[in-house]
Amino acid sequence: MSPTPALVVDNLRKTYSNGVEALKGISLTVQPGDFFALLGPNGAGKSTLIGILSSLVNSSGGDAQVFGVSVNKDRSAAMRLIGLVPQEINFNQFEKPFDICVNEAGFYGIPRKIAAERAEKYLKELRLWDKAQMQARTLSGGMKRRLMIARAMMNEPKLLILDEPTAGVDIEIRRSMWQFVSGINAAGTTVILTTHYLEEAESLCRNIAIIDHGTIIENTTMKRLLATLDVETFVLDVVAMPDELPTLPGVTLRRRDDHTLEAEMARSHDLNSLFAALSSHGIMVTSMRNKTNRLEELFVRLVEGGRNGKTGIHEEQAA
Amino acid sequence: MSNTAANLVALNTLVRREIVRIMRIWTQTLIPPAITMTLYFVIFGKLIGSRIGNIEGGFTYMQYIVPGLVMMSIITNSYGNISSSFFGAKFSRAVEEMLVSPMPNWVILLGYVIGAVARGLVVGILVLLIALFFTDLHVMHPLITFASVLLGATIFSLAGFVNAVYAKKFDDIALVPTFILTPLTYLGGVFYSVNMLGEPWQAISRANPILYMVNAFRFGVLGISDVHVGVAFVVMLGFVAGLSIVALQLLKRGVGLRS
Repeated sequence: MSPTPALVVDNLRKTYSNGVEALKGISLTVQPGDFFALLGPNGAGKSTLIGILSSLVNSSGGDAQVFGVSVNKDRSAAMRLIGLVPQEINFNQFEKPFDICVNEAGFYGIPRKIAAERAEKYLKELRLWDKAQMQARTLSGGMKRRLMIARAMMNEPKLLILDEPTAGVDIEIRRSMWQFVSGINAAGTTVILTTHYLEEAESLCRNIAIIDHGTIIENTTMKRLLATLDVETFVLDVVAMPDELPTLPGVTLRRRDDHTLEAEMARSHDLNSLFAALSSHGIMVTSMRNKTNRLEELFVRLVEGGRNGKTGIHEEQAA
Repeated sequence: MSNTAANLVALNTLVRREIVRIMRIWTQTLIPPAITMTLYFVIFGKLIGSRIGNIEGGFTYMQYIVPGLVMMSIITNSYGNISSSFFGAKFSRAVEEMLVSPMPNWVILLGYVIGAVARGLVVGILVLLIALFFTDLHVMHPLITFASVLLGATIFSLAGFVNAVYAKKFDDIALVPTFILTPLTYLGGVFYSVNMLGEPWQAISRANPILYMVNAFRFGVLGISDVHVGVAFVVMLGFVAGLSIVALQLLKRGVGLRS
Protein backbone atom coordinates (compact mmCIF):
# COMPACT_ATOMS: atom_id res chain seq x y z
CA MET A 1 0.00 0.00 0.00
CA SER A 2 1.41 3.38 -0.99
CA PRO A 3 1.85 5.90 1.83
CA THR A 4 -0.59 8.79 2.23
CA PRO A 5 0.75 11.73 0.21
CA ALA A 6 2.06 14.64 2.25
CA LEU A 7 -0.01 16.98 0.12
CA VAL A 8 -2.72 16.52 -2.45
CA VAL A 9 -3.94 19.66 -4.17
CA ASP A 10 -7.11 18.94 -6.08
CA ASN A 11 -8.48 21.39 -8.65
CA LEU A 12 -7.76 24.34 -6.37
CA ARG A 13 -9.14 27.65 -7.55
CA LYS A 14 -8.93 31.18 -6.23
CA THR A 15 -10.54 34.30 -7.61
CA TYR A 16 -9.97 37.43 -5.52
CA SER A 17 -12.75 39.97 -4.93
CA ASN A 18 -11.16 42.28 -7.52
CA GLY A 19 -11.72 39.59 -10.15
CA VAL A 20 -8.10 38.42 -10.38
CA GLU A 21 -8.02 34.66 -11.00
CA ALA A 22 -4.90 33.66 -9.06
CA LEU A 23 -5.36 29.89 -9.30
CA LYS A 24 -7.17 28.27 -12.23
CA GLY A 25 -7.86 24.81 -10.88
CA ILE A 26 -4.42 23.44 -10.08
CA SER A 27 -3.69 19.90 -8.96
CA LEU A 28 -0.48 18.40 -7.66
CA THR A 29 0.77 15.77 -5.28
CA VAL A 30 3.76 15.88 -2.93
CA GLN A 31 4.97 12.58 -1.52
CA PRO A 32 5.98 12.20 2.13
CA GLY A 33 9.64 12.93 2.78
CA ASP A 34 10.01 14.90 -0.45
CA PHE A 35 11.91 18.16 -0.85
CA PHE A 36 9.62 19.82 -3.34
CA ALA A 37 10.26 23.04 -5.26
CA LEU A 38 7.32 25.25 -6.16
CA LEU A 39 8.63 27.80 -8.58
CA GLY A 40 7.11 30.54 -10.67
CA PRO A 41 7.53 34.19 -11.53
CA ASN A 42 6.13 36.94 -9.31
CA GLY A 43 2.34 36.92 -9.29
CA ALA A 44 2.17 33.37 -10.64
CA GLY A 45 0.01 32.13 -7.75
CA LYS A 46 2.61 30.50 -5.48
CA SER A 47 1.82 32.60 -2.43
CA THR A 48 -1.91 32.20 -3.01
CA LEU A 49 -1.46 28.44 -3.05
CA ILE A 50 0.60 28.56 0.15
CA GLY A 51 -1.97 30.94 1.65
CA ILE A 52 -4.75 28.43 0.99
CA LEU A 53 -2.70 25.53 2.38
CA SER A 54 -2.02 27.48 5.57
CA SER A 55 -5.64 28.76 5.73
CA LEU A 56 -4.67 32.43 5.34
CA VAL A 57 -6.50 32.57 2.03
CA ASN A 58 -9.99 31.19 1.43
CA SER A 59 -10.16 29.07 -1.71
CA SER A 60 -12.87 29.61 -4.33
CA GLY A 61 -13.08 25.92 -5.13
CA GLY A 62 -11.32 22.58 -4.89
CA ASP A 63 -9.55 21.20 -1.85
CA ALA A 64 -6.15 20.40 -0.43
CA GLN A 65 -5.32 17.48 1.82
CA VAL A 66 -2.35 17.42 4.16
CA PHE A 67 -1.47 13.80 4.97
CA GLY A 68 -5.06 12.91 4.10
CA VAL A 69 -6.64 15.69 6.21
CA SER A 70 -8.76 18.18 4.28
CA VAL A 71 -7.88 21.84 4.86
CA ASN A 72 -11.50 22.75 4.07
CA LYS A 73 -13.20 20.12 6.23
CA ASP A 74 -10.86 19.85 9.22
CA ARG A 75 -8.76 23.01 9.26
CA SER A 76 -7.49 22.57 12.83
CA ALA A 77 -6.25 19.00 12.28
CA ALA A 78 -4.62 19.98 8.98
CA MET A 79 -2.89 22.99 10.55
CA ARG A 80 -1.36 20.80 13.28
CA LEU A 81 0.60 19.05 10.52
CA ILE A 82 1.94 22.20 8.85
CA GLY A 83 4.75 24.58 9.70
CA LEU A 84 4.85 27.80 7.70
CA VAL A 85 7.78 30.12 7.08
CA PRO A 86 6.14 33.05 5.30
CA GLN A 87 7.68 35.46 2.85
CA GLU A 88 7.14 38.55 5.03
CA ILE A 89 8.28 39.00 8.62
CA ASN A 90 5.14 38.35 10.63
CA PHE A 91 5.98 38.30 14.32
CA ASN A 92 5.61 40.98 16.96
CA GLN A 93 8.98 42.71 16.79
CA PHE A 94 8.66 43.92 20.38
CA GLU A 95 8.58 40.37 21.70
CA LYS A 96 11.63 38.25 22.45
CA PRO A 97 12.56 35.34 20.14
CA PHE A 98 12.16 32.89 23.02
CA ASP A 99 8.65 34.17 23.78
CA ILE A 100 7.71 34.21 20.09
CA CYS A 101 8.62 30.52 19.82
CA VAL A 102 7.03 29.48 23.10
CA ASN A 103 3.82 31.36 22.32
CA GLU A 104 3.65 29.82 18.86
CA ALA A 105 3.89 26.37 20.42
CA GLY A 106 1.15 27.36 22.85
CA PHE A 107 -1.15 28.22 19.95
CA TYR A 108 -0.69 24.61 18.83
CA GLY A 109 -1.65 23.37 22.29
CA ILE A 110 1.87 22.39 23.30
CA PRO A 111 2.38 22.74 27.07
CA ARG A 112 4.74 25.50 28.16
CA LYS A 113 7.43 23.20 29.57
CA ILE A 114 7.78 21.25 26.32
CA ALA A 115 7.52 24.50 24.35
CA ALA A 116 10.41 26.02 26.32
CA GLU A 117 12.58 22.94 25.65
CA ARG A 118 11.79 23.06 21.93
CA ALA A 119 12.41 26.79 21.76
CA GLU A 120 15.86 26.29 23.26
CA LYS A 121 16.59 23.38 20.89
CA TYR A 122 15.59 25.16 17.68
CA LEU A 123 16.98 28.57 18.63
CA LYS A 124 20.29 26.86 19.37
CA GLU A 125 20.21 24.89 16.12
CA LEU A 126 19.55 28.08 14.19
CA ARG A 127 22.25 29.94 16.11
CA LEU A 128 19.87 32.38 17.78
CA TRP A 129 20.10 31.25 21.39
CA ASP A 130 22.31 34.17 22.40
CA LYS A 131 19.60 36.51 21.06
CA ALA A 132 16.72 34.64 22.68
CA GLN A 133 16.02 37.32 25.31
CA MET A 134 16.50 40.37 23.10
CA GLN A 135 13.67 42.25 21.42
CA ALA A 136 13.12 40.70 17.99
CA ARG A 137 13.30 44.08 16.28
CA THR A 138 17.01 44.28 17.16
CA LEU A 139 17.79 41.15 15.10
CA SER A 140 19.32 41.39 11.64
CA GLY A 141 17.31 40.42 8.55
CA GLY A 142 18.93 36.99 8.38
CA MET A 143 18.31 36.36 12.06
CA LYS A 144 14.64 37.30 11.67
CA ARG A 145 14.31 34.77 8.85
CA ARG A 146 15.98 32.08 10.97
CA LEU A 147 13.66 32.96 13.83
CA MET A 148 10.70 32.31 11.55
CA ILE A 149 12.12 28.88 10.75
CA ALA A 150 12.60 28.14 14.45
CA ARG A 151 9.04 29.29 15.11
CA ALA A 152 7.69 27.09 12.31
CA MET A 153 9.43 24.08 13.88
CA MET A 154 7.77 24.53 17.27
CA ASN A 155 4.91 22.15 16.45
CA GLU A 156 7.41 19.76 14.81
CA PRO A 157 5.39 19.72 11.58
CA LYS A 158 5.19 16.83 9.15
CA LEU A 159 5.02 19.33 6.29
CA LEU A 160 7.22 22.42 6.36
CA ILE A 161 6.38 25.13 3.83
CA LEU A 162 9.07 27.72 3.14
CA ASP A 163 7.94 30.71 1.10
CA GLU A 164 11.09 32.44 -0.16
CA PRO A 165 12.86 32.03 3.17
CA THR A 166 16.24 33.25 1.96
CA ALA A 167 15.15 36.47 0.26
CA GLY A 168 17.73 39.13 1.07
CA VAL A 169 19.88 36.80 3.16
CA ASP A 170 23.65 36.62 2.67
CA ILE A 171 25.28 33.48 1.31
CA GLU A 172 26.73 32.23 4.58
CA ILE A 173 23.44 32.44 6.45
CA ARG A 174 21.58 31.04 3.45
CA ARG A 175 23.86 28.01 3.48
CA SER A 176 23.43 27.45 7.20
CA MET A 177 19.66 27.70 6.75
CA TRP A 178 19.72 25.08 4.00
CA GLN A 179 21.90 22.86 6.10
CA PHE A 180 19.29 23.00 8.84
CA VAL A 181 16.34 22.45 6.49
CA SER A 182 18.14 19.58 4.73
CA GLY A 183 18.67 17.96 8.12
CA ILE A 184 14.98 18.36 8.94
CA ASN A 185 14.10 16.81 5.58
CA ALA A 186 16.54 13.95 6.10
CA ALA A 187 14.85 13.27 9.43
CA GLY A 188 11.55 12.77 7.61
CA THR A 189 9.85 16.16 7.37
CA THR A 190 8.39 16.89 3.94
CA VAL A 191 9.55 20.28 2.70
CA ILE A 192 7.94 22.53 0.10
CA LEU A 193 10.10 25.42 -1.01
CA THR A 194 9.46 28.48 -3.10
CA THR A 195 12.47 30.55 -3.99
CA HIS A 196 13.82 32.90 -6.62
CA TYR A 197 17.31 31.49 -6.11
CA LEU A 198 16.96 28.67 -8.57
CA GLU A 199 20.34 27.17 -7.79
CA GLU A 200 18.92 26.46 -4.32
CA ALA A 201 15.99 24.58 -5.78
CA GLU A 202 18.28 22.75 -8.18
CA SER A 203 20.64 21.54 -5.48
CA LEU A 204 18.07 20.82 -2.75
CA CYS A 205 14.84 19.63 -4.34
CA ARG A 206 13.98 16.25 -5.78
CA ASN A 207 10.69 17.20 -7.40
CA ILE A 208 9.46 20.42 -8.89
CA ALA A 209 6.32 22.18 -10.03
CA ILE A 210 6.40 25.40 -12.00
CA ILE A 211 3.36 27.59 -11.76
CA ASP A 212 2.53 30.52 -13.99
CA HIS A 213 -0.65 32.55 -14.38
CA GLY A 214 -2.42 30.27 -11.92
CA THR A 215 -1.73 27.00 -13.75
CA ILE A 216 0.92 24.33 -13.33
CA ILE A 217 3.06 24.42 -16.46
CA GLU A 218 5.52 21.77 -15.31
CA ASN A 219 5.41 19.07 -12.65
CA THR A 220 8.18 16.49 -12.72
CA THR A 221 11.38 15.34 -11.06
CA MET A 222 14.30 17.72 -10.94
CA LYS A 223 16.43 15.10 -12.72
CA ARG A 224 14.02 14.70 -15.62
CA LEU A 225 13.51 18.41 -15.97
CA LEU A 226 17.23 19.13 -16.10
CA ALA A 227 17.68 16.32 -18.61
CA THR A 228 15.39 18.17 -21.02
CA LEU A 229 17.89 20.98 -21.20
CA ASP A 230 19.84 20.24 -24.38
CA VAL A 231 21.73 23.51 -24.69
CA GLU A 232 24.39 24.91 -22.40
CA THR A 233 26.06 28.32 -22.36
CA PHE A 234 29.65 28.80 -21.21
CA VAL A 235 31.40 32.02 -20.38
CA LEU A 236 34.99 31.98 -21.62
CA ASP A 237 37.72 34.36 -20.49
CA VAL A 238 40.10 34.86 -23.41
CA VAL A 239 43.50 36.52 -23.80
CA ALA A 240 42.58 38.53 -26.87
CA MET A 241 39.50 38.81 -29.02
CA PRO A 242 39.63 38.98 -32.85
CA ASP A 243 37.70 41.80 -34.54
CA GLU A 244 35.32 39.32 -36.08
CA LEU A 245 34.18 36.18 -34.32
CA PRO A 246 34.65 32.94 -36.25
CA THR A 247 31.64 30.83 -37.26
CA LEU A 248 31.89 27.40 -35.68
CA PRO A 249 29.58 24.47 -36.52
CA GLY A 250 27.14 23.70 -33.64
CA VAL A 251 28.33 26.64 -31.53
CA THR A 252 26.96 30.17 -31.27
CA LEU A 253 29.58 32.65 -30.17
CA ARG A 254 28.73 36.03 -28.66
CA ARG A 255 31.11 38.76 -27.57
CA ARG A 256 30.54 40.09 -24.04
CA ASP A 257 33.51 42.40 -23.87
CA ASP A 258 37.09 42.49 -25.17
CA HIS A 259 38.14 39.55 -22.97
CA THR A 260 34.93 37.60 -22.47
CA LEU A 261 33.07 35.37 -24.85
CA GLU A 262 29.87 33.35 -24.56
CA ALA A 263 29.57 30.00 -26.30
CA GLU A 264 26.11 28.38 -26.59
CA MET A 265 26.24 24.77 -27.72
CA ALA A 266 24.41 21.47 -27.58
CA ARG A 267 25.16 19.40 -24.48
CA SER A 268 26.34 16.60 -26.75
CA HIS A 269 28.96 18.87 -28.30
CA ASP A 270 32.42 18.07 -26.90
CA LEU A 271 34.45 20.82 -25.36
CA ASN A 272 37.77 19.65 -26.82
CA SER A 273 36.62 20.43 -30.37
CA LEU A 274 35.43 23.87 -29.19
CA PHE A 275 38.84 24.66 -27.66
CA ALA A 276 40.62 23.34 -30.77
CA ALA A 277 38.44 25.47 -33.07
CA LEU A 278 38.94 28.59 -30.97
CA SER A 279 42.67 27.93 -30.80
CA SER A 280 42.88 27.57 -34.59
CA HIS A 281 41.38 31.08 -34.85
CA GLY A 282 43.93 32.46 -32.41
CA ILE A 283 41.57 32.68 -29.45
CA MET A 284 43.27 31.46 -26.27
CA VAL A 285 40.93 30.52 -23.41
CA THR A 286 42.25 31.16 -19.89
CA SER A 287 39.22 30.06 -17.89
CA MET A 288 35.58 29.11 -18.28
CA ARG A 289 32.33 28.76 -16.29
CA ASN A 290 28.60 28.09 -16.79
CA LYS A 291 26.70 31.24 -17.68
CA THR A 292 23.73 30.44 -15.39
CA ASN A 293 22.56 27.43 -13.52
CA ARG A 294 20.68 24.99 -15.68
CA LEU A 295 17.39 25.29 -13.87
CA GLU A 296 17.32 29.01 -14.45
CA GLU A 297 17.59 28.50 -18.20
CA LEU A 298 14.80 25.93 -18.14
CA PHE A 299 12.64 28.10 -15.93
CA VAL A 300 12.87 31.06 -18.27
CA ARG A 301 12.24 28.84 -21.26
CA LEU A 302 9.19 27.17 -19.67
CA VAL A 303 7.62 30.38 -18.44
CA GLU A 304 8.19 32.12 -21.75
CA GLY A 305 6.98 29.01 -23.61
CA GLY A 306 3.84 28.94 -21.46
CA ARG A 307 3.14 32.55 -22.31
CA ASN A 308 3.51 31.75 -26.00
CA GLY A 309 0.89 29.01 -25.69
CA LYS A 310 3.23 26.03 -25.19
CA THR A 311 2.64 24.05 -22.01
CA GLY A 312 4.85 21.86 -19.87
CA ILE A 313 6.71 18.75 -20.83
CA HIS A 314 5.73 16.17 -18.24
CA GLU A 315 3.02 15.52 -15.70
CA GLU A 316 4.92 12.94 -13.73
CA GLN A 317 6.79 12.86 -10.53
CA ALA A 318 9.06 10.66 -8.49
CA ALA A 319 8.41 9.49 -4.98
CA MET B 1 -3.56 15.55 23.77
CA SER B 2 -7.31 16.16 23.45
CA ASN B 3 -8.65 19.15 21.58
CA THR B 4 -10.04 20.62 24.79
CA ALA B 5 -6.68 20.42 26.56
CA ALA B 6 -4.92 21.89 23.49
CA ASN B 7 -7.46 24.73 23.33
CA LEU B 8 -6.94 25.48 27.02
CA VAL B 9 -3.17 25.67 26.50
CA ALA B 10 -3.74 27.99 23.52
CA LEU B 11 -6.15 30.17 25.53
CA ASN B 12 -3.72 30.36 28.43
CA THR B 13 -0.92 31.32 26.02
CA LEU B 14 -2.94 34.09 24.45
CA VAL B 15 -4.13 35.52 27.77
CA ARG B 16 -0.62 35.37 29.18
CA ARG B 17 0.75 37.17 26.12
CA GLU B 18 -1.87 39.90 26.47
CA ILE B 19 -1.11 40.36 30.18
CA VAL B 20 2.62 40.53 29.45
CA ARG B 21 1.90 43.18 26.81
CA ILE B 22 -0.17 45.25 29.27
CA MET B 23 2.57 45.06 31.88
CA ARG B 24 5.37 45.72 29.35
CA ILE B 25 3.81 49.05 28.38
CA TRP B 26 2.28 49.87 31.77
CA THR B 27 3.08 53.56 31.36
CA GLN B 28 0.68 53.59 28.42
CA THR B 29 -1.90 51.12 29.68
CA LEU B 30 -2.25 51.70 33.43
CA ILE B 31 -0.92 55.11 34.40
CA PRO B 32 -2.78 57.50 32.03
CA PRO B 33 -6.29 56.44 33.12
CA ALA B 34 -5.24 56.76 36.77
CA ILE B 35 -4.01 60.32 36.16
CA THR B 36 -7.11 61.29 34.14
CA MET B 37 -9.47 59.97 36.78
CA THR B 38 -7.55 61.68 39.58
CA LEU B 39 -8.14 64.96 37.74
CA TYR B 40 -11.85 64.17 37.43
CA PHE B 41 -12.03 63.47 41.16
CA VAL B 42 -10.19 66.68 42.05
CA ILE B 43 -12.03 69.00 39.65
CA PHE B 44 -15.54 67.57 39.37
CA GLY B 45 -15.75 65.70 42.65
CA LYS B 46 -13.86 67.94 45.06
CA LEU B 47 -13.87 71.50 43.69
CA ILE B 48 -17.18 71.64 41.82
CA GLY B 49 -18.85 68.78 43.68
CA SER B 50 -18.49 70.46 47.06
CA ARG B 51 -20.67 73.33 45.78
CA ILE B 52 -23.31 70.98 44.33
CA GLY B 53 -24.06 69.33 47.66
CA ASN B 54 -25.94 66.06 48.01
CA ILE B 55 -27.39 64.34 45.00
CA GLU B 56 -29.76 61.36 44.80
CA GLY B 57 -30.07 59.10 47.85
CA GLY B 58 -28.26 61.50 50.14
CA PHE B 59 -24.90 60.83 48.54
CA THR B 60 -22.38 63.59 47.96
CA TYR B 61 -21.64 64.43 44.32
CA MET B 62 -18.21 62.87 44.72
CA GLN B 63 -19.74 59.61 45.96
CA TYR B 64 -22.26 59.74 43.13
CA ILE B 65 -19.75 60.10 40.30
CA VAL B 66 -17.18 57.58 41.58
CA PRO B 67 -19.04 54.48 40.26
CA GLY B 68 -19.62 56.20 36.92
CA LEU B 69 -15.98 57.22 36.58
CA VAL B 70 -14.76 53.75 37.58
CA MET B 71 -17.06 52.17 34.99
CA MET B 72 -15.99 54.75 32.42
CA SER B 73 -12.32 53.90 32.90
CA ILE B 74 -13.07 50.16 32.77
CA ILE B 75 -14.94 50.29 29.49
CA THR B 76 -12.62 52.74 27.73
CA ASN B 77 -9.56 50.71 28.74
CA SER B 78 -11.09 47.37 27.80
CA TYR B 79 -12.04 48.83 24.44
CA GLY B 80 -8.69 50.52 23.90
CA ASN B 81 -6.72 47.43 24.88
CA ILE B 82 -8.35 45.01 22.50
CA SER B 83 -8.64 47.40 19.58
CA SER B 84 -5.00 48.47 19.72
CA SER B 85 -3.63 45.01 20.50
CA PHE B 86 -5.59 43.15 17.83
CA PHE B 87 -5.17 45.86 15.21
CA GLY B 88 -1.46 46.01 16.07
CA ALA B 89 -1.26 42.26 15.43
CA LYS B 90 -3.06 42.76 12.12
CA PHE B 91 -0.82 45.65 11.17
CA SER B 92 2.41 43.77 11.94
CA ARG B 93 0.93 40.58 10.43
CA ALA B 94 1.62 38.81 13.74
CA VAL B 95 -2.06 37.87 13.67
CA GLU B 96 -1.03 35.27 11.07
CA GLU B 97 0.69 33.33 13.89
CA MET B 98 -2.77 32.67 15.26
CA LEU B 99 -4.59 32.29 11.96
CA VAL B 100 -2.29 29.52 10.70
CA SER B 101 -2.44 27.68 14.02
CA PRO B 102 -5.09 25.09 14.86
CA MET B 103 -6.62 27.46 17.41
CA PRO B 104 -10.38 27.74 16.88
CA ASN B 105 -11.86 31.21 16.43
CA TRP B 106 -13.57 31.20 19.81
CA VAL B 107 -10.21 30.73 21.55
CA ILE B 108 -8.74 33.71 19.71
CA LEU B 109 -11.73 35.87 20.61
CA LEU B 110 -11.89 34.70 24.22
CA GLY B 111 -8.15 35.16 24.73
CA TYR B 112 -8.23 38.75 23.55
CA VAL B 113 -11.42 39.50 25.51
CA ILE B 114 -9.97 38.10 28.74
CA GLY B 115 -6.83 40.20 28.22
CA ALA B 116 -8.89 43.34 27.65
CA VAL B 117 -11.20 42.64 30.60
CA ALA B 118 -8.13 42.09 32.77
CA ARG B 119 -6.79 45.53 31.86
CA GLY B 120 -10.22 47.05 32.49
CA LEU B 121 -10.35 45.40 35.93
CA VAL B 122 -6.82 46.46 36.91
CA VAL B 123 -7.52 50.05 35.83
CA GLY B 124 -10.89 49.93 37.62
CA ILE B 125 -9.24 48.81 40.85
CA LEU B 126 -6.58 51.52 40.52
CA VAL B 127 -9.23 54.21 39.99
CA LEU B 128 -11.28 52.87 42.88
CA LEU B 129 -8.23 53.01 45.17
CA ILE B 130 -7.58 56.61 44.08
CA ALA B 131 -11.25 57.44 44.75
CA LEU B 132 -10.83 56.25 48.33
CA PHE B 133 -8.42 59.16 48.88
CA PHE B 134 -11.29 61.54 48.16
CA THR B 135 -14.35 59.88 49.66
CA ASP B 136 -15.69 56.95 51.70
CA LEU B 137 -17.30 54.12 49.78
CA HIS B 138 -19.04 50.99 50.99
CA VAL B 139 -20.01 48.43 48.40
CA MET B 140 -23.68 47.61 48.95
CA HIS B 141 -23.99 44.60 46.62
CA PRO B 142 -20.59 43.04 45.88
CA LEU B 143 -21.91 40.41 43.44
CA ILE B 144 -23.88 42.94 41.39
CA THR B 145 -20.86 45.24 41.43
CA PHE B 146 -18.55 42.52 40.15
CA ALA B 147 -21.03 41.19 37.59
CA SER B 148 -21.67 44.65 36.15
CA VAL B 149 -17.93 45.35 35.88
CA LEU B 150 -17.38 42.03 34.16
CA LEU B 151 -20.24 42.49 31.71
CA GLY B 152 -19.41 46.12 30.98
CA ALA B 153 -15.78 45.28 30.27
CA THR B 154 -16.77 42.27 28.15
CA ILE B 155 -19.21 44.29 26.04
CA PHE B 156 -16.61 46.91 25.21
CA SER B 157 -13.89 44.35 24.65
CA LEU B 158 -16.11 42.67 22.08
CA ALA B 159 -16.97 46.03 20.50
CA GLY B 160 -13.27 46.92 20.37
CA PHE B 161 -12.51 43.60 18.72
CA VAL B 162 -15.13 44.21 16.01
CA ASN B 163 -13.66 47.69 15.49
CA ALA B 164 -10.14 46.23 15.13
CA VAL B 165 -11.30 43.60 12.65
CA TYR B 166 -12.77 46.25 10.36
CA ALA B 167 -9.98 48.80 10.90
CA LYS B 168 -7.59 49.26 8.00
CA LYS B 169 -5.40 51.93 9.60
CA PHE B 170 -4.65 53.21 13.10
CA ASP B 171 -7.00 56.17 12.56
CA ASP B 172 -9.89 53.72 12.26
CA ILE B 173 -9.43 52.46 15.81
CA ALA B 174 -9.44 56.04 17.14
CA LEU B 175 -12.63 57.03 15.29
CA VAL B 176 -15.09 54.94 17.30
CA PRO B 177 -13.79 56.00 20.75
CA THR B 178 -13.77 59.65 19.69
CA PHE B 179 -17.09 59.91 17.91
CA ILE B 180 -19.18 57.19 19.56
CA LEU B 181 -17.71 55.89 22.81
CA THR B 182 -16.84 59.20 24.47
CA PRO B 183 -20.18 60.94 23.74
CA LEU B 184 -22.13 57.86 24.86
CA THR B 185 -20.06 57.67 28.07
CA TYR B 186 -20.56 61.32 28.96
CA LEU B 187 -24.27 61.07 28.16
CA GLY B 188 -24.61 57.74 29.97
CA GLY B 189 -25.27 59.09 33.44
CA VAL B 190 -21.70 59.18 34.68
CA PHE B 191 -21.96 62.76 35.98
CA TYR B 192 -25.71 63.10 36.45
CA SER B 193 -28.91 61.16 36.97
CA VAL B 194 -31.00 60.83 33.82
CA ASN B 195 -34.02 61.56 36.03
CA MET B 196 -32.80 65.17 35.97
CA LEU B 197 -33.47 65.30 32.23
CA GLY B 198 -36.78 66.21 30.66
CA GLU B 199 -38.41 64.33 27.81
CA PRO B 200 -37.42 63.41 25.13
CA TRP B 201 -33.83 63.40 26.46
CA GLN B 202 -34.65 60.94 29.22
CA ALA B 203 -36.13 58.48 26.70
CA ILE B 204 -33.22 59.00 24.31
CA SER B 205 -30.75 58.38 27.16
CA ARG B 206 -32.39 55.01 27.81
CA ALA B 207 -31.27 53.87 24.35
CA ASN B 208 -27.66 54.34 25.47
CA PRO B 209 -26.16 50.99 26.56
CA ILE B 210 -23.60 52.70 28.79
CA LEU B 211 -26.44 54.07 30.96
CA TYR B 212 -27.29 50.49 31.98
CA MET B 213 -23.69 49.60 32.80
CA VAL B 214 -23.07 52.73 34.84
CA ASN B 215 -26.33 52.34 36.74
CA ALA B 216 -25.92 48.62 37.39
CA PHE B 217 -22.48 49.37 38.84
CA ARG B 218 -23.79 52.36 40.78
CA PHE B 219 -26.52 50.17 42.21
CA GLY B 220 -23.93 47.61 43.23
CA VAL B 221 -21.82 50.23 45.03
CA LEU B 222 -24.36 52.79 46.31
CA GLY B 223 -27.68 50.95 46.04
CA ILE B 224 -29.25 53.57 43.73
CA SER B 225 -29.97 53.38 40.02
CA ASP B 226 -31.86 55.28 37.31
CA VAL B 227 -32.93 52.02 35.69
CA HIS B 228 -34.19 48.71 37.01
CA VAL B 229 -31.13 46.54 37.70
CA GLY B 230 -32.78 43.47 36.18
CA VAL B 231 -33.36 45.38 32.95
CA ALA B 232 -29.76 46.59 33.03
CA PHE B 233 -28.44 43.02 33.24
CA VAL B 234 -30.77 41.79 30.47
CA VAL B 235 -29.53 44.64 28.25
CA MET B 236 -25.88 43.88 29.05
CA LEU B 237 -26.27 40.12 28.50
CA GLY B 238 -28.01 40.88 25.21
CA PHE B 239 -25.09 43.00 24.08
CA VAL B 240 -22.58 40.32 25.10
CA ALA B 241 -24.47 37.67 23.14
CA GLY B 242 -25.03 39.87 20.09
CA LEU B 243 -21.47 41.17 19.87
CA SER B 244 -20.01 37.68 20.45
CA ILE B 245 -22.01 36.35 17.51
CA VAL B 246 -20.90 39.25 15.31
CA ALA B 247 -17.22 38.86 16.30
CA LEU B 248 -17.23 35.09 15.73
CA GLN B 249 -18.91 35.50 12.36
CA LEU B 250 -16.26 38.04 11.33
CA LEU B 251 -13.53 35.60 12.34
CA LYS B 252 -15.24 32.72 10.55
CA ARG B 253 -15.59 34.73 7.33
CA GLY B 254 -12.08 36.07 7.80
CA VAL B 255 -13.19 39.66 7.29
CA GLY B 256 -10.09 41.84 7.19
CA LEU B 257 -7.95 38.83 8.11
CA ARG B 258 -8.05 36.20 5.39
CA SER B 259 -8.09 37.01 1.67
